[in-house]
Amino acid sequence: MKKTAKRVIPGFGLSLGITLTMLSIIVIIPLISLVIYTLKLSPKEIIDTITNARVMSSFKVSILTAFIASIVNLIMGVVLAWVLVRYDFPLKVILNGIIELPFALPTAVAGIALTSLTTDNGLIGKFFAKFGIEIAYTKAGITIALIFVGIPFVVRAVQPVLEKLDGSYEEAAQTMGASRFTAFRRIILPEIFPAAITGFGLAFGRCIGEYGSVVFIAGNMPYKTEITPLIIMSKLQEYNYSQATAIALVLLIFSFIILFVISLVQHRNAKILKGG
Amino acid sequence: MDNDKKGNPIVKWLLIALSFIFVVLFLVLPLVTVITQSLRSGFETYKKAVTDSYTVKATVLTIEATVSAVAFNTIFGIFAAWLITKFKFKGKKFLTALIDVPVTISPVIAGLIFLLTFGRQSVIYPYLQSMGLKIVFAVPGVVLATIFVTFPFISRELIPVLETQGTDEEEAAALMGAKGFTIFRRITFPHIKWAFLYGIVLCTARAMGEFGAVSVLSGHLRGKTNTLPLHVEILFNEFQYVPAFAVSSILVMMAVIVLAIRSILEYRGKKAE
Repeated sequence: MKKTAKRVIPGFGLSLGITLTMLSIIVIIPLISLVIYTLKLSPKEIIDTITNARVMSSFKVSILTAFIASIVNLIMGVVLAWVLVRYDFPLKVILNGIIELPFALPTAVAGIALTSLTTDNGLIGKFFAKFGIEIAYTKAGITIALIFVGIPFVVRAVQPVLEKLDGSYEEAAQTMGASRFTAFRRIILPEIFPAAITGFGLAFGRCIGEYGSVVFIAGNMPYKTEITPLIIMSKLQEYNYSQATAIALVLLIFSFIILFVISLVQHRNAKILKGG
Repeated sequence: MDNDKKGNPIVKWLLIALSFIFVVLFLVLPLVTVITQSLRSGFETYKKAVTDSYTVKATVLTIEATVSAVAFNTIFGIFAAWLITKFKFKGKKFLTALIDVPVTISPVIAGLIFLLTFGRQSVIYPYLQSMGLKIVFAVPGVVLATIFVTFPFISRELIPVLETQGTDEEEAAALMGAKGFTIFRRITFPHIKWAFLYGIVLCTARAMGEFGAVSVLSGHLRGKTNTLPLHVEILFNEFQYVPAFAVSSILVMMAVIVLAIRSILEYRGKKAE
């Protein structure tokens, strides 16, 4: 009785009911059925499935390409955020707006566009083919698709932090004789580091699970350019749900670890944002 | 902006040039490619591909799935944001974490989870069958998958705004005897207007483009359970490149419109602050 009396604002029961019902249909029930299905699998079957050589090499391809792509996005994300916050130049509004294109453009469309650009007849592929470098249907192609997908994450994580940092600390450092680069390294970098790592983690997690933009450009050769989500997809097409689930579990655990690390870093990040 | 003057202009323009090169290579070029490739065989071929009956049916299904996702997630977003920001209760953190699950898992795994829930090996499959409900490899599956992948999009935009706004105004209104809906309409909604529209735009963009999860659940029945992105995939894999890019160009135009609206909303939202 006491507890309800404290709630002055109306609608607690109603919003709790609606929220829980909708959450159950979309998230909770499907997650429970995943757990039930997993419990029915024998541990031996799970281990046999995920230690299969083809599956193992797909983990390697997925992690390697996602990692390289996210490192590129980490560096370019910080550069883009810096340029967008600190400088004024023509077309700035358009540059800022187009950063979000990977969120708005369907992944399948991005996939076929990047593929047609990087095959031997494509605009970019033709150029690299002269040097004997192939992009489409190699790991380089997968990495390019994943760079595309991950661009907005680091930029959008770092931008608000840079906006909150005023120039006074840097100015003080420079007045005291620090070079501009030293000021950046010693003062700005530590401040944006948690945000940048958060963006990196989000991009990495997204890239590990990415499917649409990669399938077209990857060529999907077993042991070479076959990514893990693709293996899950082909298991599903063979109606081999138990093996698909076993492989999916590995990916799920992997993304939960990434999320956990992000939440640790974000804790620090929140303090900075609040402290201004 | 006084940082501008002190910084080395060479570094400044080098960084700006680097940013532009990166964005043009990775973002602008793919967009331009879709348009040029789709018009490669002339406008007549383009028109034929876009008005093809399978394309039209795929467009209708895409719109249906998108509208369902936006409607469902709007209702959820408003109630969930109200619940999380206006009340204190046990398990709030856990609830917030659960809402975010859909965006953290691979779309292919999202599809797999729904297959396991509603497919043949599910516990509830016999009940669904006796009710005559077909979800997997049918339109409801496509709609469910779309709702799932965009589930937190609207609540996630509303929660931070409502959190900074606090509960004082609503409490005052409630003490003066205002009803729940009146409080929401008169006090809360003006605060979240821009964030709400922004959430709808994001949700629309993602819903119309979802590929992996929908691909698992659709069964790829042409003219029945094919959405626009799936239609693009089929055409591309059949080496019908020009039609594939023509259909893609519809999605590119939608994406550009979404980005434009987004920029306007962001600008308006900042001005309103």
